[in-house]
Parts: sequence; structure tokens; C-alpha cells
Amino acid sequence: MKKMPEKKKALGMYERMYLIRKYEERIYYLFLEGIMPGTIHQSTGQEACAVGMLYDLRLDDYMASTHRPAGHDLAKGVSLRSMMCEMFGKADGCCNGKGGAMHTGDVAVGALTANAIVGGNLPIAAGVALAYQMQNKDNVVVSFFGDGATNEGSFHETLNGAAIWKLPVIFVCENNLYSATTSIKITCNKENVAADRAGSYNIPAEVVDGNDVLAVNEAAARAINRARKGDGPTILELKTYRHGGHSRNDACGYRPKEEEKLWFSRDPVTMFRALILEKSLVGEEELLTIEKRIEDDIDEAVEYAKNAPFPALETAMTDVYWNGGKN
Amino acid sequence: MAKMSIADALKSAIAEEMRANPAVYCIGEDEDIPGGMGGAFTVTKGLADEFGSKRVINTPISEILIAGVCVGSSMMGMRPVADLQYGDFLFCMMDQIVNQAAKMCYMSGGKVHVPMVMRAPCGASNRGAQHAQSLESYFTHVPGLKVICPSTSYDAKGLMKEAIRDDNPVIVFEHKLLYGSKRKEKDAIDTAGDVPDGDYTIPFGKAAIRREGKDITIVANLLMSYKAQEAATILAKEGIECEVIDPRTLVPFDYETVVESVRKTGRLMIVHEDNYNCGWGAQVASYFAENEIFLLDAPISRVAAYDTPVPFSPPLENYVIPSKERIIEAARRLMKA
Repeated sequence: MKKMPEKKKALGMYERMYLIRKYEERIYYLFLEGIMPGTIHQSTGQEACAVGMLYDLRLDDYMASTHRPAGHDLAKGVSLRSMMCEMFGKADGCCNGKGGAMHTGDVAVGALTANAIVGGNLPIAAGVALAYQMQNKDNVVVSFFGDGATNEGSFHETLNGAAIWKLPVIFVCENNLYSATTSIKITCNKENVAADRAGSYNIPAEVVDGNDVLAVNEAAARAINRARKGDGPTILELKTYRHGGHSRNDACGYRPKEEEKLWFSRDPVTMFRALILEKSLVGEEELLTIEKRIEDDIDEAVEYAKNAPFPALETAMTDVYWNGGKN
Repeated sequence: MAKMSIADALKSAIAEEMRANPAVYCIGEDEDIPGGMGGAFTVTKGLADEFGSKRVINTPISEILIAGVCVGSSMMGMRPVADLQYGDFLFCMMDQIVNQAAKMCYMSGGKVHVPMVMRAPCGASNRGAQHAQSLESYFTHVPGLKVICPSTSYDAKGLMKEAIRDDNPVIVFEHKLLYGSKRKEKDAIDTAGDVPDGDYTIPFGKAAIRREGKDITIVANLLMSYKAQEAATILAKEGIECEVIDPRTLVPFDYETVVESVRKTGRLMIVHEDNYNCGWGAQVASYFAENEIFLLDAPISRVAAYDTPVPFSPPLENYVIPSKERIIEAARRLMKA
């Protein structure tokens, strides 16, 4: 059923997935070294969700992310260097050092400032979609959220509003089974926490294997098509799994080892790599060359960010109110 | 020039801005339902006749949705004007106002901005504790928000137009007893006044001197600016001349006009319907304590609502909310200090 895309697209998707994987790994080690400030919420293991959903969006379509934004941002095209600088709190960061790990984004590539309040981005994405509608544009917006957000009031208010106004928004629940450390099983009586509630609002929904980038990409295409045509919102529930903990100090003591083993055996990056080789799109050598280039890019970004200057102290006082974009 | 209530002056400002700029739109509960009220206080009534339901949007009773849609659409170039029905409902959308709207420009490093207007009817009017609050001070505490409180028809139009054109989130506090709308309120004050027909704006951060006087400076907003003027009329008969200053906007706040007045009077009183504890008057008082204490000939006096929820029973409500009698007593004490 799932169709392998042509070579250029398949490799493009693989490159982004590999970039996200290696970026998150590097961030993890930088934290272990103790040279990066703040905390981290990593998307390792969820690369197929980000890339499958965002690969076919236009540059001026928007994406709204969460406290776990790195994968979404890199998939939407936020520059690696500006992401790394933001993680170090440097002036060249995508938010000039004022956002940090939970607020990365760059509207120049359609990545809204990521939102660290669970469920916070849903009504904002609806507002973006309403603007598209009022401006007679055929753009769409993707709102990412986790399983935990489906128990927030903002989820229900937004779904209802988007449905009655037929907004061009795609609600993407990355269900990684845990809201921070709490199993979603004990906080919701529905198995498909987002999709099973879609009927309440008369919104079509699909449950998708979130570790299969092609399955995600095909579901995304259907939802994007609906939204662009003016047929309104779609809910996609992507079943996936975090490879790491919720945040920096979480060792995942609450997750059954058997469950981890099962999910780790379905690693989205490894699976897609194997499929590319199986379908003989390219040989091993070519993939290794691509991977080496991405690792070099990350090395370069880390070196740049380490040596980049911190923001001047007086910039703490700017942007509280908008100054006409003069910075 | 036409004589207009505050409700009509606000409507006229919104309609003119909607005509001038297709990005401006209204959103809220009961915004313009045929046979309905036009929000809760008639301000948006009739706007859909001219602009259609695509620009005067009726919403479900979903405050998070309303505020979030304002944030998202304003980042995309729209200029929403939301009607909250009762300012008390701001708390249902607090995350979107405080964590989202107020911080978006800053967190993004100035890459996005949020030009949205939230219209919040406020003030006690025999409706009980959840439809009565004066909430200005909560929002003056949040960097990134602007807070305004027009109390005359002229100001209502000029400040509303300025708010819609501002590139930041603006909370507009409108007092229920000052609207002068068709919906009659007990104890309402007739604020109908002359409003120019054409376009004008009033810059934020410019206080208005409502009455001149040499003895006491009284800073009072919204309904209290009227109570202070009533008190001043009575006090004048005793030979106490009060200067009444209406700040008109709380963020930004016009300290300069108040300082100049106190330089003349040497006495400062602040009156607001917001609670006493950490009300915005406390900020003004502390500004004088820190920067201008040597201008003062007497301790600063503050008259504010007592620190209780607003009670329903009319005598109790009248007791808790500052009255002209309380202002007069405070003024007499100040003159003896």
C-alpha cells in the first residue's frame, strides 16, 4: 500500500531524519559535558512524525510545535546553526538567545515560536488558519502536540472551533504513550486519545504508525489536501515512542523493559534506512557519504555556537514590545 | 461632532478602523446575533450588517479559543478586536494572554508580534462577585501587555483607534456603569459627550486633567474619576481644591503629569475600584516614595475597594466599592496631616 517516493524525495526525507537523530544525540552529549545551559526535551525516536508530516509543506505553510521542538524545527527548515546557537543562549540563535530549547522556531521558514505550555499552540494554530481563510490563501498549518495535551481544555475548545469554521489546520497528536512520566492509560479511557475523540467534533481522524515515515507522509498528504481544498481540519494520531526520558534527568524507570525493547526494535531511522537499501534507491556507500556530511555539518554548528558571542546585555530590554522589527 | 455614549464611541472607532483596514475584525461570544445584544453591552451590535459575519465572528463559549485565535491570527497580519463580555472571563484565557500573547514577541527575538485588542467590561454593578471585578492591576504586572481604561466618549474613540493600530496586545477595560448603552444599568453615569466625526487617535501614556486644583492631587480611573470629581465639587465648598487626574492608560503610565501636579499640591491621593492590596495605586505610591518623596507634604492616601470579593447585596457592594464619601473623608484627613 505504501509507495516508496522517488529517489530525491526519499533521500531528502532520510537526510532530515538522520539530521534530527544526530542533532539530538549531540545535544545529549553536550549536556552530559555540562557546557549547555537549561534543560532538554528530546525528540529522538519520533523523527518519522516530524519529517513525514512536514516534508511536503510549502515554506509559507506554518507549523506550531511544543516543548519538544527540535525535530519539527529541523524538519521545517530552521537552520542548524541558528538552532545550535539558541541552545547555547547565543546572539545568533533563532530567537536571539531569548527563547531557548523550548521556544525555537523561525517564521521565515514557517516555524512558529515553539510553545512550552501543553496544549498552548492549538488555538494559536487555529488563529493562523483563520487568518489564511480571511486572507483567501490556500495555506495550511500543522499543530503538533503530545498525548497529554488531549486532556487540556484548549484541545477541546480548539477542535470544536476549527470544526465549525472548517479551518485549514491539521492536528497532529504524537502519542508516545507517556505524558511526562505518566502513562496515558491512567489519564484517559480512550485508547486513541486524539482520534477516538474526533467524532465528538465531527472531524475526520486517522491512527497512523508514527515510526513509519512513509505511512505518516501519506496520511499527511491526505490531510493537507483536505485542508487546502477548504474541507477543514483533520486529526492524525501518530503512535510513536521516545527513545529517551521526558527531560534531562528522566531515566524512564516507569517504562516496562519489554515495551522499550519492542519499540526500540522499530527505530524509524533504522527502518527507513533499511528500506532505502532494500529498494536499491542507493547503495550503502552513498548513504554513508550523506551521513558523514550531516555529521560534519553538526560539528561545524557546534563549533560555531560554542565560539559565538552571547547577546549584549541591553538586548534583554528590547522586544518586550514590538519595535517594528528594527533589531 | 456628535453626542455619543461610550458604547457608541467604541463602536464608531471599531467601525472606522474596519472600513480603513481589512485586517481588522471583531470576535467574541454573541458578537452580532440578530435579536441579540451585541456582546453583553451593545458595543458590536449592528457591525455585522455592514461588515458581514466573516468579519464579525460569533464564537462558541470558549475563551481559550477566542484568545488563542487572536494570538495566531494577529501574528499573521490580522488585527482582532475581541469582546470578552465580562472582564472576569479573562481568567479563563489567562494562559493565552499572559504566557502567549504577552511573551511571543520577546521569546521569538522580535520576529513575531501580536497586535490584538481584548475588550474587557469591568466594575461592580449588582451582579455578584464573578461579574464585577476591576482587574487592571493583574495585567499591569505583565511585561508585554498594554493596559488602557477610557472613561469618556472622546477618549473611548481615540484610545480604541490607537489600540487597534498598536502593534502589541492591548487590554481595554471598559466600565459597565459608564457605557451609557441601551442596556440600562442601575447607578450608571451619563457619559454622553461630544465625539468628532472623523479620524483621531489619543496617544497612550498621556493623562487627562479632569479638574484643576491647588491642594490635593487625586489620581483616579474609570468610574472613580467621576466619583473623585463629585467629591472635589463638595470639597471645594469647604475650601479644599482638588486636582483630578485620569491616567487614561495604566501601561504606559504618565508619571510626569502626576509629578507636575504634586509639585503644585504637595498631596497625593490615588483612587481605584481595583482592590487595595497591590492595586495599581500601590505602584504609583511606591514611585513617589522612591523618586519624589520630597514633593510630598503629607503621607500618600489610597482609596480602593476593600480586599473582599465583590458582594451582591447593594448596601454591601456600595460599602466595599469606594464612594465619594470615602474620598471626601480621605481628603479631609490629608489636609490635616
